[in-house]
Amino acid sequence: MIDVINLEKHFGDNKVLNGINVTIEKGDIMVVIGPSGSGKSTFLRCLNCMEDPTGGQIIFHGVDIADMKVDINVHRRNMGMVFQHFNLFNNKTVIENIMLAPVHLQCKDLKKAKRHNRIIKFTNLFRGKDKKKAPVEITTTKAEIVKNARIKAEELLQRIGLLDKADVYPSTLSGGQKQRVAIVRSLAMNPEVILFDEPTSALDPEMVGEVLDLMKALANEGMTMIIVTHEMGFAREVANKVLFIDDGQILECAPPEEFFGNPKNPRLKEFLSKVL
Amino acid sequence: MGDFSKKIDKFIEIFIDYKGYVKVLEGLQNTLLIAVLGLIIGIIIGTLIAVVRVIPKYKLMPKILNGICSFYVALFRGTPIVVQLLVFYYVLLPLMGIKITGVDVSILVFGLNSAAYISEIMRSGIMSVDNGQMEAGRAVGLSFSTSMLKIVIPQAVKNILPTLGNEFIALIKETSVVSFVGATDLYIAFNYIGSNNYEFMVPYLVMAMIYMVLILIISLGIKIMERSLRKSDRRN
Repeated sequence: MIDVINLEKHFGDNKVLNGINVTIEKGDIMVVIGPSGSGKSTFLRCLNCMEDPTGGQIIFHGVDIADMKVDINVHRRNMGMVFQHFNLFNNKTVIENIMLAPVHLQCKDLKKAKRHNRIIKFTNLFRGKDKKKAPVEITTTKAEIVKNARIKAEELLQRIGLLDKADVYPSTLSGGQKQRVAIVRSLAMNPEVILFDEPTSALDPEMVGEVLDLMKALANEGMTMIIVTHEMGFAREVANKVLFIDDGQILECAPPEEFFGNPKNPRLKEFLSKVL
Repeated sequence: MGDFSKKIDKFIEIFIDYKGYVKVLEGLQNTLLIAVLGLIIGIIIGTLIAVVRVIPKYKLMPKILNGICSFYVALFRGTPIVVQLLVFYYVLLPLMGIKITGVDVSILVFGLNSAAYISEIMRSGIMSVDNGQMEAGRAVGLSFSTSMLKIVIPQAVKNILPTLGNEFIALIKETSVVSFVGATDLYIAFNYIGSNNYEFMVPYLVMAMIYMVLILIISLGIKIMERSLRKSDRRN
Protein backbone atom coordinates (compact mmCIF):
# COMPACT_ATOMS: atom_id res chain seq x y z
CA MET A 1 0.00 0.00 0.00
CA ILE A 2 2.82 2.37 0.86
CA ASP A 3 6.13 2.06 -0.96
CA VAL A 4 8.97 4.06 0.45
CA ILE A 5 11.76 4.38 -2.07
CA ASN A 6 15.14 5.76 -1.13
CA LEU A 7 13.66 8.29 1.30
CA GLU A 8 16.05 11.03 2.39
CA LYS A 9 15.66 13.89 4.79
CA HIS A 10 18.20 16.39 5.95
CA PHE A 11 17.87 19.51 8.07
CA GLY A 12 20.58 21.76 6.68
CA ASP A 13 23.75 19.71 6.83
CA ASN A 14 22.33 17.30 9.34
CA LYS A 15 21.38 14.12 7.50
CA VAL A 16 18.62 12.39 9.41
CA LEU A 17 17.40 9.82 6.90
CA ASN A 18 19.78 8.21 4.43
CA GLY A 19 17.86 6.25 1.88
CA ILE A 20 15.09 4.28 3.51
CA ASN A 21 13.44 1.54 1.46
CA VAL A 22 10.46 -0.28 2.84
CA THR A 23 7.07 -1.55 1.71
CA ILE A 24 3.98 -1.57 3.85
CA GLU A 25 1.16 -3.91 2.84
CA LYS A 26 -2.46 -3.60 3.76
CA GLY A 27 -3.05 -4.99 7.25
CA ASP A 28 0.59 -4.70 8.27
CA ILE A 29 1.40 -3.81 11.84
CA MET A 30 4.86 -2.37 11.51
CA VAL A 31 6.73 -1.35 14.62
CA VAL A 32 9.73 0.92 14.28
CA ILE A 33 12.29 0.90 17.06
CA GLY A 34 15.68 2.45 17.46
CA PRO A 35 17.77 4.60 19.77
CA SER A 36 16.76 8.23 20.25
CA GLY A 37 18.04 10.51 17.51
CA SER A 38 18.09 7.65 15.05
CA GLY A 39 15.49 9.25 12.80
CA LYS A 40 12.56 6.95 13.50
CA SER A 41 10.18 9.79 14.35
CA THR A 42 11.35 11.76 11.34
CA PHE A 43 10.76 8.69 9.17
CA LEU A 44 7.20 8.44 10.46
CA ARG A 45 6.55 12.14 10.02
CA CYS A 46 7.88 11.98 6.47
CA LEU A 47 5.31 9.31 5.63
CA ASN A 48 2.47 11.83 5.71
CA CYS A 49 4.71 14.75 4.78
CA MET A 50 4.58 16.44 8.18
CA GLU A 51 8.23 16.88 7.36
CA ASP A 52 8.79 17.35 3.66
CA PRO A 53 11.23 14.69 2.46
CA THR A 54 14.29 16.13 0.72
CA GLY A 55 14.73 13.13 -1.52
CA GLY A 56 13.17 9.85 -2.59
CA GLN A 57 9.60 8.82 -3.13
CA ILE A 58 6.65 7.73 -1.04
CA ILE A 59 4.14 5.94 -3.23
CA PHE A 60 0.71 5.83 -1.63
CA HIS A 61 -1.99 4.37 -3.86
CA GLY A 62 0.18 4.91 -6.89
CA VAL A 63 0.78 8.59 -6.17
CA ASP A 64 4.12 9.98 -5.10
CA ILE A 65 3.07 12.08 -2.12
CA ALA A 66 6.62 13.29 -1.52
CA ASP A 67 6.16 15.38 -4.65
CA MET A 68 5.42 18.94 -3.53
CA LYS A 69 2.91 19.42 -6.33
CA VAL A 70 0.54 16.79 -4.97
CA ASP A 71 -2.32 18.08 -2.80
CA ILE A 72 -1.20 16.41 0.39
CA ASN A 73 -4.40 17.26 2.28
CA VAL A 74 -6.38 14.79 0.18
CA HIS A 75 -3.98 11.95 1.02
CA ARG A 76 -3.73 12.84 4.68
CA ARG A 77 -7.44 12.10 5.01
CA ASN A 78 -6.52 8.45 4.47
CA MET A 79 -3.59 8.54 6.88
CA GLY A 80 -4.42 9.08 10.51
CA MET A 81 -1.73 10.22 12.89
CA VAL A 82 -1.44 9.93 16.65
CA PHE A 83 1.09 12.09 18.46
CA GLN A 84 3.22 11.67 21.52
CA HIS A 85 1.65 14.72 23.15
CA PHE A 86 -1.91 13.90 22.05
CA ASN A 87 -2.46 17.33 20.45
CA LEU A 88 -6.18 17.39 21.00
CA PHE A 89 -7.68 20.70 19.95
CA ASN A 90 -7.82 22.57 23.24
CA ASN A 91 -10.57 24.95 22.19
CA LYS A 92 -12.97 22.18 21.22
CA THR A 93 -14.88 19.70 23.33
CA VAL A 94 -14.09 16.00 23.01
CA ILE A 95 -16.88 15.31 20.56
CA GLU A 96 -16.07 18.44 18.53
CA ASN A 97 -12.49 17.23 18.34
CA ILE A 98 -13.70 14.03 16.71
CA MET A 99 -16.31 15.63 14.46
CA LEU A 100 -14.36 18.67 13.27
CA ALA A 101 -12.40 17.17 10.40
CA PRO A 102 -15.07 14.83 8.95
CA VAL A 103 -17.76 17.51 9.05
CA HIS A 104 -15.56 20.25 7.70
CA LEU A 105 -14.11 18.20 4.87
CA GLN A 106 -17.41 16.67 3.81
CA CYS A 107 -19.08 20.09 3.85
CA LYS A 108 -16.23 21.41 1.76
CA ASP A 109 -16.73 18.62 -0.78
CA LEU A 110 -20.46 19.33 -0.80
CA LYS A 111 -19.84 23.02 -1.46
CA LYS A 112 -17.44 22.13 -4.24
CA ALA A 113 -20.01 19.82 -5.85
CA LYS A 114 -22.67 22.52 -5.63
CA ARG A 115 -20.36 25.09 -7.19
CA HIS A 116 -19.50 22.60 -9.92
CA ASN A 117 -23.19 22.10 -10.63
CA ARG A 118 -23.82 25.83 -10.83
CA ILE A 119 -21.04 26.17 -13.37
CA ILE A 120 -22.44 23.28 -15.42
CA LYS A 121 -25.90 24.83 -15.28
CA PHE A 122 -24.49 28.11 -16.52
CA THR A 123 -22.41 26.63 -19.31
CA ASN A 124 -25.37 24.49 -20.36
CA LEU A 125 -27.09 27.69 -21.43
CA PHE A 126 -24.56 27.97 -24.23
CA ARG A 127 -24.54 24.33 -25.25
CA GLY A 128 -26.65 22.78 -27.94
CA LYS A 129 -29.73 20.82 -26.91
CA ASP A 130 -28.17 17.40 -27.26
CA LYS A 131 -24.82 18.41 -25.78
CA LYS A 132 -26.00 19.42 -22.32
CA LYS A 133 -23.92 18.10 -19.46
CA ALA A 134 -25.57 16.40 -16.53
CA PRO A 135 -24.86 17.87 -13.10
CA VAL A 136 -23.24 15.81 -10.35
CA GLU A 137 -25.75 14.14 -8.11
CA ILE A 138 -25.89 15.53 -4.59
CA THR A 139 -27.26 13.03 -2.13
CA THR A 140 -26.59 14.63 1.21
CA THR A 141 -27.17 17.88 3.05
CA LYS A 142 -25.14 19.73 5.62
CA ALA A 143 -27.50 18.75 8.45
CA GLU A 144 -27.21 15.12 7.44
CA ILE A 145 -23.42 15.26 7.42
CA VAL A 146 -23.38 16.71 10.92
CA LYS A 147 -25.91 14.14 12.13
CA ASN A 148 -23.96 11.21 10.71
CA ALA A 149 -20.68 12.54 12.07
CA ARG A 150 -22.23 12.85 15.50
CA ILE A 151 -23.55 9.29 15.41
CA LYS A 152 -20.14 8.04 14.33
CA ALA A 153 -18.36 10.08 16.99
CA GLU A 154 -20.70 8.79 19.69
CA GLU A 155 -20.12 5.23 18.54
CA LEU A 156 -16.37 5.76 18.74
CA LEU A 157 -16.60 7.32 22.18
CA GLN A 158 -18.84 4.46 23.30
CA ARG A 159 -16.18 2.08 22.15
CA ILE A 160 -13.51 3.63 24.36
CA GLY A 161 -15.99 4.09 27.19
CA LEU A 162 -15.79 7.87 27.25
CA LEU A 163 -19.25 8.74 26.00
CA ASP A 164 -19.99 10.59 29.24
CA LYS A 165 -17.01 12.84 28.54
CA ALA A 166 -18.33 13.92 25.12
CA ASP A 167 -18.99 17.52 26.09
CA VAL A 168 -16.02 18.25 28.33
CA TYR A 169 -12.85 20.02 27.22
CA PRO A 170 -9.65 17.99 26.79
CA SER A 171 -7.94 19.82 29.66
CA THR A 172 -10.08 17.84 32.12
CA LEU A 173 -9.08 14.42 30.77
CA SER A 174 -6.25 12.22 32.01
CA GLY A 175 -3.33 11.43 29.71
CA GLY A 176 -4.59 7.97 28.82
CA GLN A 177 -8.06 9.29 28.07
CA LYS A 178 -6.60 12.04 25.91
CA GLN A 179 -4.58 9.59 23.88
CA ARG A 180 -7.55 7.29 23.36
CA VAL A 181 -9.63 10.24 22.19
CA ALA A 182 -6.78 11.19 19.87
CA ILE A 183 -6.80 7.68 18.41
CA VAL A 184 -10.54 7.69 17.77
CA ARG A 185 -10.24 11.19 16.33
CA SER A 186 -8.02 9.78 13.62
CA LEU A 187 -10.38 6.79 13.25
CA ALA A 188 -13.30 9.13 12.55
CA MET A 189 -11.81 9.88 9.15
CA ASN A 190 -11.90 6.16 8.26
CA PRO A 191 -8.19 6.13 7.44
CA GLU A 192 -6.51 3.23 5.71
CA VAL A 193 -3.40 3.52 7.79
CA ILE A 194 -2.65 5.13 11.14
CA LEU A 195 0.76 6.42 12.09
CA PHE A 196 1.60 6.34 15.80
CA ASP A 197 4.43 8.59 16.96
CA GLU A 198 5.45 7.23 20.37
CA PRO A 199 1.84 7.11 21.54
CA THR A 200 2.64 5.94 25.06
CA SER A 201 5.86 7.84 25.82
CA ALA A 202 4.15 10.76 27.55
CA LEU A 203 1.92 8.57 29.71
CA ASP A 204 2.50 7.25 33.17
CA PRO A 205 2.85 3.45 33.36
CA GLU A 206 -0.66 2.89 34.65
CA MET A 207 -2.21 4.51 31.60
CA VAL A 208 0.01 2.87 29.03
CA GLY A 209 -2.07 -0.30 29.27
CA GLU A 210 -5.39 1.24 28.26
CA VAL A 211 -3.87 2.88 25.19
CA LEU A 212 -2.05 -0.30 24.14
CA ASP A 213 -5.25 -2.31 24.59
CA LEU A 214 -7.07 0.00 22.19
CA MET A 215 -4.21 -0.30 19.69
CA LYS A 216 -4.30 -4.09 19.99
CA ALA A 217 -8.02 -4.07 19.32
CA LEU A 218 -7.44 -1.99 16.20
CA ALA A 219 -4.72 -4.36 15.08
CA ASN A 220 -7.08 -7.31 15.45
CA GLU A 221 -9.60 -5.55 13.24
CA GLY A 222 -7.03 -5.48 10.47
CA MET A 223 -6.14 -1.80 10.56
CA THR A 224 -2.81 -1.01 8.95
CA MET A 225 -0.59 0.61 11.55
CA ILE A 226 2.91 2.01 11.65
CA ILE A 227 4.08 2.48 15.20
CA VAL A 228 7.15 4.16 16.60
CA THR A 229 7.47 2.97 20.16
CA HIS A 230 9.74 1.85 22.96
CA GLU A 231 7.29 -0.82 24.13
CA MET A 232 9.23 -3.97 23.21
CA GLY A 233 6.63 -6.28 24.71
CA PHE A 234 3.94 -4.71 22.58
CA ALA A 235 6.09 -4.97 19.48
CA ARG A 236 6.71 -8.65 20.08
CA GLU A 237 3.07 -9.39 20.72
CA VAL A 238 1.28 -7.38 18.05
CA ALA A 239 3.65 -6.54 15.22
CA ASN A 240 4.09 -8.62 12.12
CA LYS A 241 7.11 -6.63 11.02
CA VAL A 242 9.69 -4.91 13.19
CA LEU A 243 12.06 -2.30 11.85
CA PHE A 244 15.29 -1.22 13.46
CA ILE A 245 16.52 2.21 12.42
CA ASP A 246 19.82 3.75 13.36
CA ASP A 247 21.67 6.66 11.78
CA GLY A 248 18.83 7.13 9.34
CA GLN A 249 19.10 3.66 7.88
CA ILE A 250 17.13 0.48 8.24
CA LEU A 251 19.51 -2.01 9.79
CA GLU A 252 17.07 -4.84 10.23
CA CYS A 253 13.56 -5.62 9.14
CA ALA A 254 12.09 -8.92 10.25
CA PRO A 255 9.07 -10.58 11.85
CA PRO A 256 9.16 -10.17 15.63
CA GLU A 257 10.14 -13.80 16.45
CA GLU A 258 13.21 -13.54 14.30
CA PHE A 259 13.88 -9.90 15.21
CA PHE A 260 13.97 -10.52 18.95
CA GLY A 261 14.97 -14.18 18.93
CA ASN A 262 17.71 -14.16 16.35
CA PRO A 263 18.92 -10.65 15.56
CA LYS A 264 21.59 -10.49 12.87
CA ASN A 265 22.83 -6.93 12.92
CA PRO A 266 25.51 -6.32 15.59
CA ARG A 267 24.16 -2.83 16.38
CA LEU A 268 20.71 -4.33 16.96
CA LYS A 269 22.17 -7.05 19.17
CA GLU A 270 23.83 -4.39 21.29
CA PHE A 271 20.62 -2.34 21.42
CA LEU A 272 18.47 -5.28 22.41
CA SER A 273 20.90 -6.40 25.10
CA LYS A 274 20.49 -2.99 26.69
CA VAL A 275 16.73 -2.67 26.56
CA LEU A 276 15.54 -6.23 27.12
CA MET B 1 -15.72 77.33 46.22
CA GLY B 2 -18.60 79.59 45.25
CA ASP B 3 -16.72 80.39 42.10
CA PHE B 4 -16.52 76.72 41.19
CA SER B 5 -20.24 76.02 41.67
CA LYS B 6 -20.99 79.06 39.54
CA LYS B 7 -18.84 77.55 36.80
CA ILE B 8 -20.72 74.29 37.09
CA ASP B 9 -24.05 76.11 36.83
CA LYS B 10 -22.83 77.90 33.76
CA PHE B 11 -21.66 74.62 32.23
CA ILE B 12 -24.99 72.92 32.90
CA GLU B 13 -26.77 75.88 31.37
CA ILE B 14 -24.77 75.68 28.18
CA PHE B 15 -24.88 71.89 28.18
CA ILE B 16 -28.64 71.60 28.42
CA ASP B 17 -30.31 74.90 27.58
CA TYR B 18 -28.07 75.78 24.69
CA LYS B 19 -28.06 72.20 23.36
CA GLY B 20 -24.41 71.56 24.13
CA TYR B 21 -25.25 67.90 24.65
CA VAL B 22 -26.07 67.49 20.97
CA LYS B 23 -22.50 68.35 20.11
CA VAL B 24 -21.19 66.08 22.88
CA LEU B 25 -23.29 63.17 21.70
CA GLU B 26 -22.06 63.70 18.17
CA GLY B 27 -18.50 63.76 19.45
CA LEU B 28 -19.05 60.63 21.52
CA GLN B 29 -20.57 58.87 18.54
CA ASN B 30 -17.64 59.77 16.32
CA THR B 31 -15.10 58.77 18.95
CA LEU B 32 -16.72 55.36 19.39
CA LEU B 33 -17.27 54.93 15.68
CA ILE B 34 -13.63 55.62 14.87
CA ALA B 35 -12.34 53.42 17.69
CA VAL B 36 -14.65 50.45 17.07
CA LEU B 37 -14.48 50.42 13.27
CA GLY B 38 -10.74 51.10 13.49
CA LEU B 39 -10.34 48.12 15.78
CA ILE B 40 -12.37 45.87 13.49
CA ILE B 41 -10.34 46.89 10.43
CA GLY B 42 -7.20 46.53 12.52
CA ILE B 43 -8.09 43.02 13.68
CA ILE B 44 -8.92 41.83 10.16
CA ILE B 45 -5.84 43.26 8.46
CA GLY B 46 -3.64 42.57 11.48
CA THR B 47 -4.63 38.90 11.57
CA LEU B 48 -3.91 38.53 7.87
CA ILE B 49 -0.48 40.08 8.31
CA ALA B 50 0.25 37.92 11.34
CA VAL B 51 -0.69 34.75 9.46
CA VAL B 52 1.46 35.73 6.50
CA ARG B 53 4.36 36.29 8.83
CA VAL B 54 4.13 32.86 10.48
CA ILE B 55 3.85 30.87 7.22
CA PRO B 56 7.00 28.77 6.72
CA LYS B 57 9.20 30.65 4.30
CA TYR B 58 10.97 28.28 1.99
CA LYS B 59 8.97 29.26 -1.06
CA LEU B 60 9.18 32.51 -2.97
CA MET B 61 5.61 33.74 -2.58
CA PRO B 62 5.50 33.74 1.25
CA LYS B 63 8.89 35.46 1.25
CA ILE B 64 7.64 38.32 -0.92
CA LEU B 65 4.42 38.67 1.09
CA ASN B 66 6.42 38.64 4.29
CA GLY B 67 8.61 41.44 2.98
CA ILE B 68 5.58 43.54 2.10
CA CYS B 69 4.03 42.95 5.51
CA SER B 70 7.24 43.83 7.34
CA PHE B 71 7.44 47.04 5.37
CA TYR B 72 3.83 47.88 6.19
CA VAL B 73 4.37 47.31 9.90
CA ALA B 74 7.56 49.36 9.90
CA LEU B 75 5.84 52.19 8.05
CA PHE B 76 2.82 52.46 10.31
CA ARG B 77 4.67 51.93 13.55
CA GLY B 78 7.42 54.29 12.55
CA THR B 79 5.31 57.41 12.02
CA PRO B 80 3.02 59.23 14.46
CA ILE B 81 -0.67 58.79 13.92
CA VAL B 82 -1.19 62.54 13.53
CA VAL B 83 1.25 62.56 10.65
CA GLN B 84 -0.55 59.61 9.06
CA LEU B 85 -3.89 61.40 9.42
CA LEU B 86 -2.52 64.56 7.84
CA VAL B 87 -0.81 62.70 5.01
CA PHE B 88 -3.93 60.72 4.18
CA TYR B 89 -6.28 63.67 4.45
CA TYR B 90 -4.25 66.36 2.74
CA VAL B 91 -1.90 64.43 0.45
CA LEU B 92 -2.80 60.87 -0.49
CA LEU B 93 -6.56 61.00 -0.86
CA PRO B 94 -6.65 64.34 -2.73
CA LEU B 95 -3.95 62.99 -5.05
CA MET B 96 -6.14 59.99 -5.79
CA GLY B 97 -9.10 62.29 -6.27
CA ILE B 98 -11.09 60.78 -3.42
CA LYS B 99 -13.18 63.11 -1.28
CA ILE B 100 -14.22 61.75 2.08
CA THR B 101 -15.02 63.29 5.44
CA GLY B 102 -12.64 63.64 8.35
CA VAL B 103 -14.42 60.88 10.25
CA ASP B 104 -14.04 58.42 7.36
CA VAL B 105 -10.37 59.27 6.97
CA SER B 106 -9.91 58.78 10.69
CA ILE B 107 -11.58 55.36 10.59
CA LEU B 108 -9.32 54.33 7.72
CA VAL B 109 -6.12 55.62 9.27
CA PHE B 110 -6.87 54.28 12.73
CA GLY B 111 -7.70 50.93 11.19
CA LEU B 112 -4.47 50.79 9.19
CA ASN B 113 -2.44 52.04 12.12
CA SER B 114 -3.84 49.59 14.66
CA ALA B 115 -3.47 46.78 12.09
CA ALA B 116 0.29 47.24 12.36
CA TYR B 117 0.21 46.89 16.13
CA ILE B 118 -2.41 44.15 16.20
CA SER B 119 -0.45 42.12 13.66
CA GLU B 120 2.43 41.89 16.11
CA ILE B 121 0.09 41.11 19.01
CA MET B 122 -1.62 38.43 16.93
CA ARG B 123 1.72 36.99 15.84
CA SER B 124 2.79 36.57 19.43
CA GLY B 125 -0.57 34.94 20.11
CA ILE B 126 -0.21 32.51 17.23
CA MET B 127 3.32 31.63 18.29
CA SER B 128 2.12 31.03 21.86
CA VAL B 129 -0.09 28.18 20.63
CA ASP B 130 1.73 24.85 20.63
CA ASN B 131 2.85 23.81 17.16
CA GLY B 132 1.27 20.41 17.79
CA GLN B 133 -2.18 21.96 17.41
CA MET B 134 -1.42 22.97 13.84
CA GLU B 135 0.19 19.59 13.16
CA ALA B 136 -2.83 17.73 14.49
CA GLY B 137 -5.08 19.81 12.27
CA ARG B 138 -2.95 19.12 9.22
CA ALA B 139 -2.71 15.43 10.10
CA VAL B 140 -6.48 14.92 9.87
CA GLY B 141 -6.45 16.48 6.40
CA LEU B 142 -7.43 20.08 7.13
CA SER B 143 -5.65 22.71 5.08
CA PHE B 144 -3.26 25.27 6.56
CA SER B 145 -5.84 28.04 6.43
CA THR B 146 -8.60 25.92 7.97
CA SER B 147 -6.36 24.73 10.79
CA MET B 148 -5.32 28.32 11.37
CA LEU B 149 -8.88 29.64 11.37
CA LYS B 150 -10.57 26.89 13.36
CA ILE B 151 -7.89 25.79 15.77
CA VAL B 152 -4.91 28.09 16.16
CA ILE B 153 -6.45 31.57 15.95
CA PRO B 154 -9.25 30.91 18.47
CA GLN B 155 -6.63 29.77 20.97
CA ALA B 156 -4.35 32.67 20.07
CA VAL B 157 -7.14 35.20 20.58
CA LYS B 158 -7.81 33.77 24.01
CA ASN B 159 -4.18 34.31 24.93
CA ILE B 160 -3.94 37.85 23.61
CA LEU B 161 -7.31 39.18 24.74
CA PRO B 162 -5.86 41.30 27.58
CA THR B 163 -3.36 42.88 25.21
CA LEU B 164 -6.03 43.38 22.58
CA GLY B 165 -8.11 45.17 25.21
CA ASN B 166 -5.14 47.43 25.85
CA GLU B 167 -4.98 48.22 22.18
CA PHE B 168 -8.67 49.10 22.07
CA ILE B 169 -8.36 51.39 25.07
CA ALA B 170 -5.31 53.09 23.57
CA LEU B 171 -7.25 53.50 20.35
CA ILE B 172 -10.15 55.25 22.09
CA LYS B 173 -7.81 57.67 23.77
CA GLU B 174 -5.81 58.31 20.61
CA THR B 175 -8.96 59.34 18.76
CA SER B 176 -8.61 62.69 20.52
CA VAL B 177 -6.28 63.75 17.70
CA VAL B 178 -8.82 63.45 14.91
CA SER B 179 -9.65 67.16 15.18
CA PHE B 180 -6.52 67.63 13.07
CA VAL B 181 -8.56 66.57 10.07
CA GLY B 182 -11.73 68.32 11.09
CA ALA B 183 -13.67 65.47 12.61
CA THR B 184 -15.86 66.27 15.61
CA ASP B 185 -14.85 64.12 18.55
CA LEU B 186 -15.26 64.57 22.29
CA TYR B 187 -12.44 67.09 22.47
CA ILE B 188 -13.96 69.33 19.80
CA ALA B 189 -17.38 69.07 21.44
CA PHE B 190 -16.18 70.19 24.83
CA ASN B 191 -13.92 72.81 23.33
CA TYR B 192 -17.01 74.18 21.65
CA ILE B 193 -18.90 74.32 24.93
CA GLY B 194 -15.99 75.93 26.70
CA SER B 195 -15.44 78.56 24.06
CA ASN B 196 -18.93 79.95 24.66
CA ASN B 197 -17.70 81.85 27.69
CA TYR B 198 -13.96 81.07 27.60
CA GLU B 199 -14.32 78.87 30.65
CA PHE B 200 -12.66 75.50 30.01
CA MET B 201 -12.17 74.04 33.46
CA VAL B 202 -15.49 72.23 33.92
CA PRO B 203 -15.92 71.06 30.30
CA TYR B 204 -12.48 69.49 30.28
CA LEU B 205 -13.06 67.83 33.64
CA VAL B 206 -16.32 66.36 32.36
CA MET B 207 -14.53 65.24 29.20
CA ALA B 208 -11.93 63.42 31.25
CA MET B 209 -14.66 61.73 33.23
CA ILE B 210 -16.48 60.60 30.09
CA TYR B 211 -13.29 59.04 28.71
CA MET B 212 -12.69 57.36 32.03
CA VAL B 213 -16.21 55.91 32.29
CA LEU B 214 -16.03 54.75 28.68
CA ILE B 215 -12.83 52.88 29.34
CA LEU B 216 -14.06 51.36 32.59
CA ILE B 217 -17.08 49.98 30.75
CA ILE B 218 -14.85 48.55 28.04
CA SER B 219 -12.51 46.93 30.56
CA LEU B 220 -15.50 45.27 32.15
CA GLY B 221 -16.66 44.01 28.76
CA ILE B 222 -13.22 42.56 28.07
CA LYS B 223 -13.19 40.83 31.43
CA ILE B 224 -16.55 39.18 30.74
CA MET B 225 -15.40 38.09 27.29
CA GLU B 226 -12.22 36.65 28.70
CA ARG B 227 -14.14 34.61 31.24
CA SER B 228 -16.36 33.10 28.58
CA LEU B 229 -13.35 32.20 26.43
CA ARG B 230 -11.54 30.63 29.35
CA LYS B 231 -14.09 27.88 29.79
CA SER B 232 -11.88 25.37 27.99
CA ASP B 233 -9.09 26.05 30.50
CA ARG B 234 -8.64 24.57 33.88
CA ARG B 235 -7.80 27.85 35.58
CA ASN B 236 -10.94 29.85 36.06
